[in-house]
Order: sequence, then C-alpha cells, then structure tokens
Amino acid sequence: MSVHRDLPARAIVGTQTVTIAIALNGERRSLKVSPATTLLDLLRHDLALTGTKKGCDHGQCGACTVIIDGQRINSCLQLAVMQDGKAITTIEGLSPDGALHPLQAAFIERDAFQCGYCTPGQICSGVALIAEGRATSREEIREHMSGNICRCGAYPNIVDAIEDVLVQRGQLMKETVE
Amino acid sequence: MNRFSYHRADTIDDAVRALAADPAAKIIAGGTNLVDLMKYDVEKPSTLIDVTRIEALKGISETEDGGLRIGALVPNTTVAYDERVASRYPLLASAILAGATPQLRNAATTGGNLNQRTRCYYFNDVATPCNKREPGSGCSAIGGLNRIHAILGASEHCIATHPSDMCVGLAALGADVHVVGPDGERVIPFADYHRLPRDAPQRDNTLRLGEIVVSIVLPPDAASHGVHHSYLKLRDRLSYAFALVSVATALTMEGGTISSARIALGGVAHKPWRRQEAETALAGRAADEHSFAVAADLLLDGAQGHEHNAFKVELARRAVIRALGQAAAGTPQSQTDKRIA
Amino acid sequence: MLKNDTHIGSPRSRVDGPAKVTGKATYAAEFATPDLAHAYIVGSSVARGKITGIDVAAAGAVPGVIKIFTHENRPRTAWLSFRHKTIVGPPGRPFRPLYSDEIQYSGQPIVLVVAESFDVARHAASLVKVAYEQHPHETDLGRARSDSYEPPRRRLGIAPPPKPRGDAAKAYDEAAVRVSAEYTIATEHHNPMEPHATTVIWEGGGKLTVHDKTQGVQSSQAYVARVFGLSSDDVRVISPYVGGGFGSGLRPQHQLFLAVMASLALERSVRLELTRQQMFSHVHRPETINVLSLGADQDGKLTSIQHHALAATSRFEDHQEVVVNWSGLLYPAENVDLRYELAKLDTASPGDMRAPGAPLGVFALESAMDELAIAAGIDPIELRLRNYAERDENDDKPFTSKALRACYSEGAERFGWSRRDPKPGSMREGRELIGWGMASGVWDANMMKTSARAVLGADGKLAISCATSDIGTGTYTILTQIAADALGLAMDDVTVALGDSSLPTSPVQGGSWTAASAGSAVMAACQSLRETLVKHAGKIDGSPLVGAGIDDVAFAGGRIMMRLDASRSLSLADAVAAAGGSVEAEESAGPGLLGLMLPKSHSSYTHAAVFAEVRIDQDLGVLRVTRIVSAVAAGRILNPKTARSQIIGGVVWGIGMALHEETLTDHRLGRIMNHSFAEYHVPANADIHDIEVIFVEEHDDKTSPIGVKGLGEIGIVGTAAAIANAVHHATGNRIRSLPITIDKILADAV
Repeated sequence: MSVHRDLPARAIVGTQTVTIAIALNGERRSLKVSPATTLLDLLRHDLALTGTKKGCDHGQCGACTVIIDGQRINSCLQLAVMQDGKAITTIEGLSPDGALHPLQAAFIERDAFQCGYCTPGQICSGVALIAEGRATSREEIREHMSGNICRCGAYPNIVDAIEDVLVQRGQLMKETVE
Repeated sequence: MNRFSYHRADTIDDAVRALAADPAAKIIAGGTNLVDLMKYDVEKPSTLIDVTRIEALKGISETEDGGLRIGALVPNTTVAYDERVASRYPLLASAILAGATPQLRNAATTGGNLNQRTRCYYFNDVATPCNKREPGSGCSAIGGLNRIHAILGASEHCIATHPSDMCVGLAALGADVHVVGPDGERVIPFADYHRLPRDAPQRDNTLRLGEIVVSIVLPPDAASHGVHHSYLKLRDRLSYAFALVSVATALTMEGGTISSARIALGGVAHKPWRRQEAETALAGRAADEHSFAVAADLLLDGAQGHEHNAFKVELARRAVIRALGQAAAGTPQSQTDKRIA
Repeated sequence: MLKNDTHIGSPRSRVDGPAKVTGKATYAAEFATPDLAHAYIVGSSVARGKITGIDVAAAGAVPGVIKIFTHENRPRTAWLSFRHKTIVGPPGRPFRPLYSDEIQYSGQPIVLVVAESFDVARHAASLVKVAYEQHPHETDLGRARSDSYEPPRRRLGIAPPPKPRGDAAKAYDEAAVRVSAEYTIATEHHNPMEPHATTVIWEGGGKLTVHDKTQGVQSSQAYVARVFGLSSDDVRVISPYVGGGFGSGLRPQHQLFLAVMASLALERSVRLELTRQQMFSHVHRPETINVLSLGADQDGKLTSIQHHALAATSRFEDHQEVVVNWSGLLYPAENVDLRYELAKLDTASPGDMRAPGAPLGVFALESAMDELAIAAGIDPIELRLRNYAERDENDDKPFTSKALRACYSEGAERFGWSRRDPKPGSMREGRELIGWGMASGVWDANMMKTSARAVLGADGKLAISCATSDIGTGTYTILTQIAADALGLAMDDVTVALGDSSLPTSPVQGGSWTAASAGSAVMAACQSLRETLVKHAGKIDGSPLVGAGIDDVAFAGGRIMMRLDASRSLSLADAVAAAGGSVEAEESAGPGLLGLMLPKSHSSYTHAAVFAEVRIDQDLGVLRVTRIVSAVAAGRILNPKTARSQIIGGVVWGIGMALHEETLTDHRLGRIMNHSFAEYHVPANADIHDIEVIFVEEHDDKTSPIGVKGLGEIGIVGTAAAIANAVHHATGNRIRSLPITIDKILADAV
C-alpha cells in the first residue's frame, strides 16, 4: 500500500523530533521520532512491537529483519526518520487475522527454532526470500538465509521449512535424498 | 550514538552545499555502515544529510558509448540482479553477491559501498589507539591482532584493508566514479578513488570537501569480459564474512590464449589491488597455470605479512591462480555453491 | 492393557511454537511499563588498575539523563562477596559491579548511566570520561602457564580428577605404540541471540518484579534478595522465554545487579540490556590446553593414559570444569594419570558453556585416539571397541546403561564407514580432498531435585507449573506430553507455566538434567492427582469405579476406566466434581536430599558416536563440513522432534568450535578485540549441510524415574574431534588447535 507523503521539515537540529508517516503492518501511522532513533528501537521501545528482535544492533545477525516496501532489511541500521512514506511489515503483520502465514506454520511443523529469539527475523527473511523467487535449491536457500544467525543451530530445519513452502507454491521441486 | 542534526536533501546541489558547509557532516543513504559505526562512536557526524530522496541519484541507464551508469542510490541487490549488469558485467554481479547478506544488500547503496570503512578491530573500538580513527594515536594492528589486515600497500601508520567486494569487481572492470562537489562534476577513475594509507590513513578516498558520489559508470569495453571472469572470495565462514582474500578477474580469450586480462584483489590492501604489470604479463600468453603463476607473483610483488597474516600472501597467490583458471575455463565461481570449481 | 503413552515418544510440535513464530513470546528486555528508565553501561578500557577519576559532567548535562552511578556513589548494598555467591559459582570472590575503584578486567562495567530513553542513555554513556592508573596485566595463557596450580578449593558439583591408577609414565615409556601431543581450544563466548538483559518493574511498597535473562529464575530471585537485603517475598522473577542460554544464564550476570540497584535507588522501573559488544564482558568458555599421551600394546589395547589440562580462570575466582576425567572414563587402562590445573588471567571469570569441559577434553582424547589408531594400524572404531569401558573405572561403578556400542555400529552403518579408505588423502573428487572422521562423545546424565504442581479444574483442563526455564530446549513441550499422558488428555487440554520464581522449586536449567528432573516432578504430581481422583471417583454413589485402586484403572480420552473392563468408566469431570471442583497436587522428585548430586550406586552418562565428512580444497584450504551423523544413546526419548533439534543444535556448536569460534584478545591491551557478530564467527546457515541424528535404543531405569538421561549437551561433545579427524583423513595433516581455520590448513599443506 502507498502512504500519503506528509513530508517533515527538511532540516531539523539536534534533539528535535520530527513527524513521519508510515504504513505499519497495513495501518497508517503518524509518529514523532528523534533522528537518533533506529527503526528497531522505534518498534521495540515506542510501539511495543517487540516481535522484531535486537540481537546485535549492528547488522551482523539478522534478528531485526523486517520487510520494508517488499524488501527484507535490518531494521537496526535504519533510522526511523528516514522511513517516512514507507510500508513496513513486521512479524506481527504476517498473521493479521490470526491465521498463521504458511511459513510460520512450516516453522512449527519443522521445529525450525528453539529459543525463538532469531525466529521472527528468520521468518521475515524467509517470507521475503519466497517472494524474491531466486532460491531454487536447498543450497540457494542456505546462502540466501545466511543473513540470519541462529545460535541454537536450527539451520537444517529452517531450510526444511522454507523448502516446504517453496514446494507448496511450485517454486521448487523437492530434492530427493538418495 | 552522538546527537546530530538531520538534513533531508532535495537535490544534489542541496546535498553538496550542506556537506561543503560542514566538514563534520556526513551523507547517509543505506545506513548499513554509517549507523553501525555511529553506534560504536567511531563516526560522530554533526549532521546527517539524507540523500535518499534525490531522484537524480537513482536508476541504472545506458551511456551513449555503450557503458552503463549506475546511480549512487541504487541498492546492491538491484545492481546484482539487473539484467544488463548480469549479462554484460557478470563479474560485478558476482562480486556483489559474494558480499554481506540479502538484507544488507537490499539497503546498501552503490555510492555507500564505495565509502564503507575498514573492519579493522581497532578502528571499530574507540578504547584503542587507531590512526585511521584518531590520527596520531598510533596503529594498534601493527604488533597486535592483524590476521585480517593488509599485505600490500600498507604503511607504518596503518595496515587496514578496504572491506568491499563490490569495489574489487569495479576495480577490475575499470569503472569511473562520477562525483559532484562545490566546483562541479568530475570523474575519478576507479583506481584513483581509493587511496593507500601512507601518512594519512584517516582518508580512505580522494573525495574533496563537499563532494558526493553521484554515479558509477561501467565502461563499454568491460562488457567483452562476459564469459571469462570469476569472483573468488575466501573467508572464515562460507557466507556473511569479510574476505581474507578475494580475487576479481576478467579475461578476453582467443582460443586458449589470453588477449587481455584484468585482476583485482580484495582483502589485502587499503584499496582494491590492481597492477598493470600482472595484467600485461598475461596478454598473449597461453591460459595455463604457469602464466597464471607469473601474473600472481607480479600482482603480489612486495607483499609483506605481519605476525598473523603472512598466510595471506600464499593464499592470495593460490587464489589468483585458481580464479584465473576459472575465468579462462568460463566456469566462474558460484556464490551459492560453496565448492570451488 | 491400556497404555497411556500417546504423546510421550511421539514427535510433537512445540507448544510454545505459535507464540514464538508470531513474535508474541516476550523476552527479558521486552516487558514494558509506564515510566520505564533505560540504563547503559560504560566498560573499562584497561585490563588492570585503578580508576583515578570519573568525569560525568558532560554526560550528566545531557537532557534526559536521570542518574549516573559509579563506585563512588553506588548505593550502600552488597558489601560482602559471599552474598554474591550462587550455588553454581566457583570458589573465590565473585565479581561485584561498581564495588570499588579496582579494575579487574577490560570491559568491566564501571559506570551505569540511567536516562529517560535508550538513545539518551547510550549517548550520555559515550561522554563519560574515565582516568585510570594502569597496572601490569596478563591475559595470555601461554605466558601464565608457568604459574599454573591445582585449584585448592573444589567447585561444588565438579568432580576432581580421580586418583592416579598404576604408573602411567612408566607404562607409557614401555608401551609398544605411543602418541603424545598438545591440543588447545580457543576461548569462546556463548553469544545467545538474546543479549543479557533485565527489566525491573518497580511495583511500589518495596516490591520488585524482575524480568531477567536467566536459566534460573529462583537463583536470580535469591541473589537479588540476598545482595540487596530484600525479603524473597518482595522479589519475583518472571522469565517465561529465554533467548538462548548455553550456560551464560546459569549465574546471575552483572546486568541483573545493576538494573536492580538502579531501580531501588531511583524507586522506578529500569531496563538494562547489554550490547553485543558487552556480551564479551562476562562469562565465556576458558581457553584450555590439553597435553595427552596414550600408550598401547600392539593390538591397540591401552596401557597408559595421561591427560593433563590447563584452563584459564580469572584473577578472582577458580572456575573449574570436568576436562580430563573423560579420558579415564571412556577407555579402561591399568595406568591412568589425569590432572587439571588452572592459570590466572586478568579477565572476567569463565563459566559453564554447553557441556562445560567435555568437548575440550574429549577433543584431545578423541584426536589422540585417532592418532593412535593410525600409529597402530587399526580402524578407529575397532580401536575404540577394543578399549570399550564396561565399568566406570574412575569411580569403580557400573553404568546405569551404556549403549555406545550401538552408537558406533548404527552410526557407522548410516554413514557408510565401511567404504572408507583409511589412507589419508586417498579420497577425492576433483580438487576436493574428502575426509571421513569419527569420535566418541560422552556427557553426564543427572537428575536434580525439582518440584512441580498439577491442578485439574472442573473444565477438565490441567495446569502444570514449575519454576524451571525453557531456554529453547523444549521443556514446555515435553512437560505437556508427560502430563497429558498421565491423565489421558489431549495436549491442548494441558497448559504449562514455567520461568516464574513463585512456582514450585526448581534448580537452574543446565547440565542436561531438566527433562529428567522436571519431567519426573510433573510425573509425580500427576500421579498424585490420579490417586486423588480415583479415591474420590470410587466414593461417588453408584460409581463404576467403586472399590478400584490406582493400579486398577487407566486414564484415557478424558475418562478414568477399569483396565480390565473399559466399559466401566467415569469422566474426569465427574471425578473432579466429586473431589470438590478442582484437584491439586504438588510433588517433588529427586535423587536425594537437597537436590544435590549424591553418590550413587551407579554412574550415569549419555554417549554418542559422531561421524563427519569434510571436503577441503587442496590448494586453497577452504573446508566444508558436508555431512555429520550423530548416533546418540540417551535413554528414553520423550519427543523425537525436539530431541533431534537438540542434537542438531549441539552438532552445529561442535562445527562452530571446530571451525569458527575464537575470542581474540590483544594481550598488550588485555582486551578482547573481535567483540561482535561480524568478527566472532558462529556458523551461518551456509556452513551447515546434512546433519543426521540417530537415537539408539537404550533402556535406563536408574537415572530418572522416567527413563530420561538428557540431550542438551551430548550433541557437541565429540563433534569437533570427529571433524579434526576428518581433516587429517582428507589431508594427512593433524591440526591440534581449534578452531581449524584456513591458515592452519594451509600452513600444513603439502
């Protein structure tokens, strides 16, 4: 969806806040943010959307992955003030009516998580991977999911879950082992 | 993260004016490196100039002479999967896909990639001396932990490396960097964009005050390297890690003979490393291991290891030979199949 | 006979799955409250010395800063070091944050900035200026090695090396086949994905609700009460979800102290979340050097085992692990000499990290066994079978169960070991050398005293509660399975509450003991409920169960029925109604008094055989682990799905230990330098290929009442050795220091 562009002042000084408009999980939101606030901290601290996780805060783990205008992005490296006019989907937005997204269901079925902390980032990343349509083998899934670190080591199950959904959608023929 | 002012630029001129007015201001686009460094207090800009709304910095277009112009704001992902890039400059696409992750490539921009800063441990930790971060404070990597550091072109003041993969590809292709500053536009050949540390390691590149990168132009002749190329990256894990050594190479071949060669190394110096002698030595030579070894030795002439990174000299030599072999055979390294063909 | 095991032993999806995949599971830093203040730590930039001055003027002037705490203005709490001690802590003086001007390690928290927002706290922290008087430090184990010592006081629960048996040195000298070498493992940091964090909710009236990243809510509760002189009634710790622990949450970490201190001083709610960089400022796996010598006769029968280990510890505590004992346990020999020493460094104290000690000692032992197999010309599995321990010779006891033979055979079969050409460098495909290696794994099987409550309501819903945690191990799920089976319910009819200090007593979640311990407690509580229900059911007028005893009935499908006549049955709802509307039971299970590990008549261990395939580019040294088979003997498997995940996770850790993980310290600065996820590598998705898990049949009726031996740690033990052995098989080069990085492979390249 597109958002009405309600551009803020072009220049703001120091600790002044600025108003931005974003579409967050399909809902138009007008928010006051400080320029030093990252999108991740905006979500977690100000909007209580704690499904998006902070694992490293430096783009080195992928736990904070959200989908911005259709692209998976590390929200920890994005300044909130620069998101004006963008459509952002977080883990909370993947099952708005309560019905799990097929990848969420596949994660449960394949036991693709343990502690659960990297999981929202993995799922947002996986949903984007499926939409990108570039991964057509387990090997490619592995490489295209390498931006999401899982310290519990659930990687094989994460690949299984994504493969299941790609197969369901006809994007991938199931590889047969032996 | 320090307090800073935020300036959203509407036009290139606007951005240049704001940047020229304040030496402590910084341009922000993808944010993937700058925000990272701001959280470490390595970068403490007075003002962030947001250029992401400037239309003139966007898009990929043909140049009149058959090259390709990539706007500074074009995300790495868009470049890598652009049909024109993938078909005419596959080396560049491959180099981009060897770096970082899908998430980072979606955010990181072409211009920003040129300006990313080193991964040196000491540069990134404000508790330690570092000449690049704080000129005159000393280089901790010399005599310290330097396994990931430079073996070529380093100085007694700094042994940091440039971390980009994309730039290694651009260096090999011989791209031009178009910049605009207070004095107008100028073109910097890629080889001259980044610099060696010498006695001023705080300067990564040759941009002048107030200049911003507006586009990268890929030359038409580089397009002839569409078949014989490879980007080979060696690192400490199979993905999501910076290069210990990387090689970008593109050849033109006539039968089994090399007509012309381009080779650039990443992870070994303060800038992507190219040497004319190594490339000239391959012209007219048979595409065999002997020729490749001669070129590798010329490229690495004078390479010097430190306490922990001496292995890089031999690793780089072998990587050059292998990458040239892959290029000659027309079997470039895959960035998803981790087996090295 | 009606068998109740509908859920136990079957693959069941995690009951906490929906919460975790939708982002609704709430972790320590995610509990919110109005008026929450945010804290940020400033760490020391020197390794040893004194703080001579702290200038907080600039930081204090930042709008939004509430208070800056240093050792000079720290509230008057926590004077005595013993108050900081916890049961899992080692001998020594525990680190006390902001206690004095003394700097004990680089990165030590020395200032806490509290502000109205996270941004402000972080910014203000960067403006704090600290002056130091630097003292000489030592962080290099190689140099500190000359000052090694046997720990004078033993750590509770950590068995010291057994007494020497025979004369190992003499037997070694006389042995027909000998191998002797040094094996080292780098310092590692746990790096759970969730950074350590504490949110303290100031409830007023002196009461605190604390959300702490911990593996033991009651341990955190006791610590806070003890250190700050509070009644434990006034401190409730609630941590329903923990974003990975791996041992890092066994002891209260400094963010708990600092957050509670600030909350009490400011009388308001405070959150403190460590940065990833600060995650390198506390617990870690100690760098460990093993010197291992094996002597054997011509047939490979071991005659002498000498295993001497040296581990790093901090200046102020003697952290200890079981590193060498495994060498006297896995293989019998007449002559055994095992020693374990420490050396002090100016670092934070090391602590338990997934299977503490075992993967370190077993890496050395199983590498040496591989070297011995080659020296003796015997297949590595055959060598291990010829030296199979039928008893625990360290403690001179029988095993409760030991199906390691089956691990070897089933693992070898699945891996295709019989197709292995033993000659190093003999298997290749193109430019890739292929290596196949194997190793044994072993880890403690324990049970700790744990309590659980079971409440069955009139609605037929069963509520289970216990203070233990689920750090990702699957505890919620297996307890649900156990309870559902006990009362013949669907899993949906059972809820499990964990991670709340007000719930029935549990030890920390660690040591792979939770399934056996909490599982047995839940089983006991449910058994008590069953008895109550049957008693009341029999008293109902005209009850079909009149006169029935507990052994006469079965619970299934929401009904209680006679085992021999299923037509005689009563609904659970009727039985609950007869019992007064709800039935409740709280029971404990444990091996003995106090819940401590007491001497037992048997020794109990889990075992594994790990098989690894590596492919190494012969020129470039690039290594891929393309296949792992881990065959595990761990007693009864409650849930094959979550159990498999536990082993896969352990194997991934083993791959990380073998190839990636290494904390790098600049010894001149005494400072860890790769303190980030970009430079401290853990495996990424692309590094992990096929991992196959086999659970071999193993019946164990002595370790725990429910036949469980535990799975959290066995997966890592042996994996690094199997990979190192595979590297040797591929290249002919023996790499004895972990991680095996490209430079080490190249250094030895032919």
